[in-house]
Amino acid sequence: MKILVGIKRVIDYNVQVHVKADGSGVETDGVKMSSNPFDEIAVEQAIRLKEAGVAHEIVVVSIGEAEAQEQLRSALAMGADRALLVHTAQAVQPLLAAKILAAVVKREHADLVLLGKQAIDDDACQTPQMLAALLDWPQATFASSIQVGDGRAEVIREVDAGLETLSVALPAVLSTDLRLNEPRFIKIPQIMKAKSKPLQIVEFAELGIADTPSLRVLKTEAPAGRQAGIKVESVAELVGALKERGLL
Amino acid sequence: MSNNILVIAEQHGGVLNPATAKTVACARQIEHQTLDLAVFAADAAPAEHAAKLEGVGKVIWLADAGYAHPTAVGLEGRILALAQGYTHILAPATSFGRDVLPRVAAKLDVPQISEIVAVESARIFKRPIYAGNALITVQAPPGIVVGTVRANAFKPVTESGAACIEKHETAPDQPEHTRFVSLVGGSGDRPDLQAAARVLAGGRGVGTQAGFADIFKLADAMGAAVGASRAAVDAGFVPNDLQIGQTSKIIAPDLYIAFGISGAFQHLAGIKDAGVIVAVNTDPNAPIFEVADIGLVADLFEVIPQLEQALSNRAG
Repeated sequence: MKILVGIKRVIDYNVQVHVKADGSGVETDGVKMSSNPFDEIAVEQAIRLKEAGVAHEIVVVSIGEAEAQEQLRSALAMGADRALLVHTAQAVQPLLAAKILAAVVKREHADLVLLGKQAIDDDACQTPQMLAALLDWPQATFASSIQVGDGRAEVIREVDAGLETLSVALPAVLSTDLRLNEPRFIKIPQIMKAKSKPLQIVEFAELGIADTPSLRVLKTEAPAGRQAGIKVESVAELVGALKERGLL
Repeated sequence: MSNNILVIAEQHGGVLNPATAKTVACARQIEHQTLDLAVFAADAAPAEHAAKLEGVGKVIWLADAGYAHPTAVGLEGRILALAQGYTHILAPATSFGRDVLPRVAAKLDVPQISEIVAVESARIFKRPIYAGNALITVQAPPGIVVGTVRANAFKPVTESGAACIEKHETAPDQPEHTRFVSLVGGSGDRPDLQAAARVLAGGRGVGTQAGFADIFKLADAMGAAVGASRAAVDAGFVPNDLQIGQTSKIIAPDLYIAFGISGAFQHLAGIKDAGVIVAVNTDPNAPIFEVADIGLVADLFEVIPQLEQALSNRAG
């Protein structure tokens, strides 16, 4: 079984994001970039499926500028076999990302696609579902447990009502939630080894994707800051303040 | 204006999800000619409830026992069939809406606007990015506008309406490739962290796993959910599913009380949309006090019993 894993290069989750003064976006100059944390969970899951003998190859895919090769290399260091960068300088929104991934899935004949449930930059939570729809494949989103066997995946999903178990036939698209696993720590020798693993760059234009409608971002702004609060001296005062606000 | 809006309602176990009334509130802010609600449910109750939501013109009730546990793939085709004739399709940004609506958008070849928090015009909306650390204003391209609505950003509409219910006996398009197996309810009797109106959370300052027992006890007395900072989870005080933060659970309760949480911004990103933030910490310089509406510099283990006492006095 061949597993395809998508990785998005995003601002590191430990960095405090600042909106640019001119409202054109958020500050990225000199800012630490990393793999989207939910995507790292997807990479870890793929590696575990390979270690369990379920998968034979893991291909990691990213979309964007040449710098995204860094994130692909770290996935290779974690244990992925091969990497592919779809190179483009344009801003890629979820619908376009899903179309690009659909094209790659078809070229690679992947049996299973693992993606993070959401990217921590745009917080859209769309790409896995859109990819599944474009391929007419089943989906299981927000996975906190994945068991693969007999051509199906049994997935426990974290939904608002609790934990839902779905059984989907492969090929399928699964999106990973926080509780699925803890990504492994990369050791130095693995980083060295990853340098010699194959990383192919495909130009976006080669995929022959038609013009895709996208949202026009008119403005980026900082959210309204919270009003300065009050300090209370005792629990009695705290209870009083909560009652005043109708919260107790 | 000739906008025709379709809101996809969410129901679970025959009960209309409250996020539906908030999604209708968002829809009403868009100039429109019609505002219809689609309810996929086995029982009549959610459709009857939906018909009372103010501003709804018509409830389209898709009735079938299979809708007790609908799957995204099973709803996709039905929603696409309903979509004809509408300019906008909205759903709550719950796990239900987030699961199914992007499939619909992809099939319509339009982008989706996720987690709408404000309506600027019929095609221009605001939504948060970077876990609420920035807001973007986006304009939808020509075509159907597909969006999910962040429920906490809108007040629910009243239940003074009386819309007509149009019943359709329609089974889900459930392909063999996807099977619902089971649904196990959330964390026991405790309210769900992401849906609770009140959340109490502990940080490293709680010190031990046993220390969290006090927080759970107070939470039970208040009908609150319990959460934790990453530090408390990493220290092994509570399981990971209680973690609040940018990459873990993002919550928006009416009341949030942080006990012994210093307030790393990663955690603050997860509580940004809380109504009132209360912080209890022995360190007067803890960053959480910069965002707290009410701060109390004190030992949480002295505060918690006093709070319990105050609550029981009130009850008595």
